[in-house]
Amino acid sequence: MTTFTPSTAAETLSTVAWAAAEDSPLEILGHGSKRGIGRPLQTEHTLDLSKLSGVTLYEPAELVLSAKAGTPLADIESLLAENGQQLAFEPLDYGPLLGGELGRGTIGGVLAANLCGPRRLKAGAARDHILGVAAVSGRGEAFKSGGRVVKNVTGYDLSKLMANSWGTLAVLTDVTFKVLPSAETEVTLALRGLLDDHAAAAMALALGSSTEVSSAAHLPERVAARVAGGSLGNAAATLLRVEGFGPSVAYRIAALKDLLGNAGPLEEISGDISHSVWRDIRDCAPFADGLEKPVWRVSMAPAQGHQMVLALRMQAAADAFYDWQGGLIWLRMEHGDPEADLLRGLVRQYGGGHATLVRAAPSHRAAVPVFEPQAPQLAALLARLKAEFDPKNILNPGRMAPAASSATLGTATEGAAL
Amino acid sequence: MSGLLMPKPDDATMRRRDEIVADMRIIVPGEGVVDAANSMRAFESDGLTAYRQLPLVVVLPETVAQVSRVLKYCNDRNIRVVPRGSGTSLSGGALPLEDAVLLVMSRFNHILEIDFPNRIVVAQPGVTNLGITTAVEQEGFYYAPDPSSQIACSIGGNVAENSGGVHCLKYGLTANNVLGIEMVLMNGEVVRLGGKHLDAEGYDLLGVMTGSEGLLGVVTEVTVRILKKPETARALLIGFPTSEQGGQCVADIIGAGIIPGGMEMMDRPAIHAAEDFVHAGYPLDVEALLIVELDGPGVEVDHLIGLVEAIAYRNGSTTCRISQSEQERLSFWAGRKAAFPAVGRISPDYYCMDGTIPRKELPRVLHGMRELSEKYGLGVANVFHAGDGNLHPLILYDANVPGELDKAESFGADILRLCVKVGGVLTGEHGVGVEKRDLMPEMFNQIDLDQQMRVKCAFDPNHMLNPGKVFPQLRRCAELGRMHVHRGQTAFPDIPRF
Repeated sequence: MTTFTPSTAAETLSTVAWAAAEDSPLEILGHGSKRGIGRPLQTEHTLDLSKLSGVTLYEPAELVLSAKAGTPLADIESLLAENGQQLAFEPLDYGPLLGGELGRGTIGGVLAANLCGPRRLKAGAARDHILGVAAVSGRGEAFKSGGRVVKNVTGYDLSKLMANSWGTLAVLTDVTFKVLPSAETEVTLALRGLLDDHAAAAMALALGSSTEVSSAAHLPERVAARVAGGSLGNAAATLLRVEGFGPSVAYRIAALKDLLGNAGPLEEISGDISHSVWRDIRDCAPFADGLEKPVWRVSMAPAQGHQMVLALRMQAAADAFYDWQGGLIWLRMEHGDPEADLLRGLVRQYGGGHATLVRAAPSHRAAVPVFEPQAPQLAALLARLKAEFDPKNILNPGRMAPAASSATLGTATEGAAL
Repeated sequence: MSGLLMPKPDDATMRRRDEIVADMRIIVPGEGVVDAANSMRAFESDGLTAYRQLPLVVVLPETVAQVSRVLKYCNDRNIRVVPRGSGTSLSGGALPLEDAVLLVMSRFNHILEIDFPNRIVVAQPGVTNLGITTAVEQEGFYYAPDPSSQIACSIGGNVAENSGGVHCLKYGLTANNVLGIEMVLMNGEVVRLGGKHLDAEGYDLLGVMTGSEGLLGVVTEVTVRILKKPETARALLIGFPTSEQGGQCVADIIGAGIIPGGMEMMDRPAIHAAEDFVHAGYPLDVEALLIVELDGPGVEVDHLIGLVEAIAYRNGSTTCRISQSEQERLSFWAGRKAAFPAVGRISPDYYCMDGTIPRKELPRVLHGMRELSEKYGLGVANVFHAGDGNLHPLILYDANVPGELDKAESFGADILRLCVKVGGVLTGEHGVGVEKRDLMPEMFNQIDLDQQMRVKCAFDPNHMLNPGKVFPQLRRCAELGRMHVHRGQTAFPDIPRF
């Protein structure tokens, strides 16, 4: 058991090159804050990037920031905040949900897990903000992709390919993100007491208006009390966030009230409470209970999310709340069984999407595919891609799917190595 | 063909042309196969008209099954395939090859689904960019990316090129607005990525497909998200005595936390050409003209116009007009939108470049361009997506003067080298295609390019789909797959471990 802690890209390269030569698999870690997501790894060695740290370029007027992959996200967020800027995609913090601390995680991990938050609807995810990367492939070769400018179509976008690859394609050494000004003002409009279907209709109406709602979430009865220190109370809360310049926010909140006045009682939430409501929704705080009950993160078409949940509850006990206008469903399975086949079957039945088992006991994560299984031809394509980056399967082997042998073209092996 | 080296035509394929044409007619019956030279003439080039080549045969499929069968047929017989949408590429991405089937997707021209509650349109790839907006505008929605060719360019082509447009500063590129695609691989397999939901279930293949220039797969269906039209839009037309002041104004607007819907700059030659052409009322005594468009609720737009006006004044603007009506806003844009044809009037030919630079480098790059202009003895006019640093120098030349095209191309290559040197890139939105293919080593070393080609190998291991584009030198996938490792190396004694 060796843990390597390189502090330069060159040291990272030589570590991976050595591992490739030795056929010796590595677990790739930043802070390890998301280590509990994915199939449990059984690697002899660990590559810990937390010493590969530091912001290497920040030009606020150019809206660009580069950092070494192991730089703490918290450091970057405070640097940006000092300049009135932010990562607009609001990377969620898995710490509390997975039983860890708040405020851990590296910028490399943000991209590798394609993190985002409630502003996903309007601002996108990490994939939409990454401008360039430098990385080391499982072949033990250092490559780069992209650049430091927003408009760039020079060659394949390998930077986006790193998003949601969970350290299975390459080891990131440097990342460059687009950054944006923070909103001057934020106000949240809460509709109280709606059932899931009415909430879905209200959110669709709001998002279909020109009020530029940046986030829309629905916390059913009892879940609402589990955010912002209970300040919302127990009644169901359908939340619409409006951000921007003061006069514009006031105008748009008024327009939303006109639009939704008949839907139910309305409340305006602003300042710190609004911030903490959205932070808790972002981090799935309602299910950060210190338990091991399985938690799913499901992405579907917004209007179909609550229908799927209703059907699921006919067959299994699940607690649920919704972000992204209803398209992101957080589910906690109350009886300890992930019910993966049931859930994924229903997601397919209600228009498709994907379900990721973000919290579960190691035994469940070993037995149940944590990431959505793919159709055979797509699975084979993904396996071929993995082999092109990491032919010896030494980078986080098996984390995204159980290892299988063949990744050759034409043999559509279901569940091939990722 | 101005020295452009394309893959050597395959003799066996050329000899079997009649048989291939006959087989294509079986797969795509009716009018879907074009093989007469004079009929194929319409397809011999795309928007980069300096390069022309008749294809082996033109095939216009109508169904996904036909696309799949054509590709599998060609893959099995080592016949190359070049996909084409509307043929508006400015980088030669759809340039035919002499021995390749040209697969034209224009008959895939139907909107398949409009879903307002989820704010989504599902379209076939041959639907035009503007066609999507047209299909939803009666409900007040639109599709945000708006390349200047939006009347003609296809949504499938937009995916292939990751098209941008004036509004992508605020609303993102194609990659940020596409949620799903269906595509056919070279071996005929049909694969679906994404859908109406957000984010990929595994690796972000959608991100890789977007901007892959038709080398990885043929897109047969596209799911995009649509947005509600902003309540209102107004524009400012601001003139500066120097480009430095214009550039600083752009930086200060963004520094103030304002992301305009569009922010465009023109230099003196472009201003004059546009004004002579459309009489938009542009000031002629300025070196840089900035159009800043703000969109959103009226109260927000009014608020921001006040802020931008003050920033412009602080940066020494000599003229600043604010649109008071929709008609006036459109007149501000009229000159900018007509900039290419306007330049076409003052020069027999022009060559449009497409580098991106960090915004702050604009004065340096404009200065460098003036020097190059003198060196090559060719004029240059500049239009600039100032908000995101995307530069479109238009090099003026006359193709009838022997050697001028070559000179214009060398001038263009030098401009792009300059862009890379200051921290920018070779192409912001037009793609590499054949045009910038041989400049790729300016930005990437061989390891970078090899890793990109390995992605190609996962999709199309025999380089059958659109070969000769993007990559300066094709390397066999078997060769790329080889690993050169040395067992028993001493592992990095200096790396801390515990």
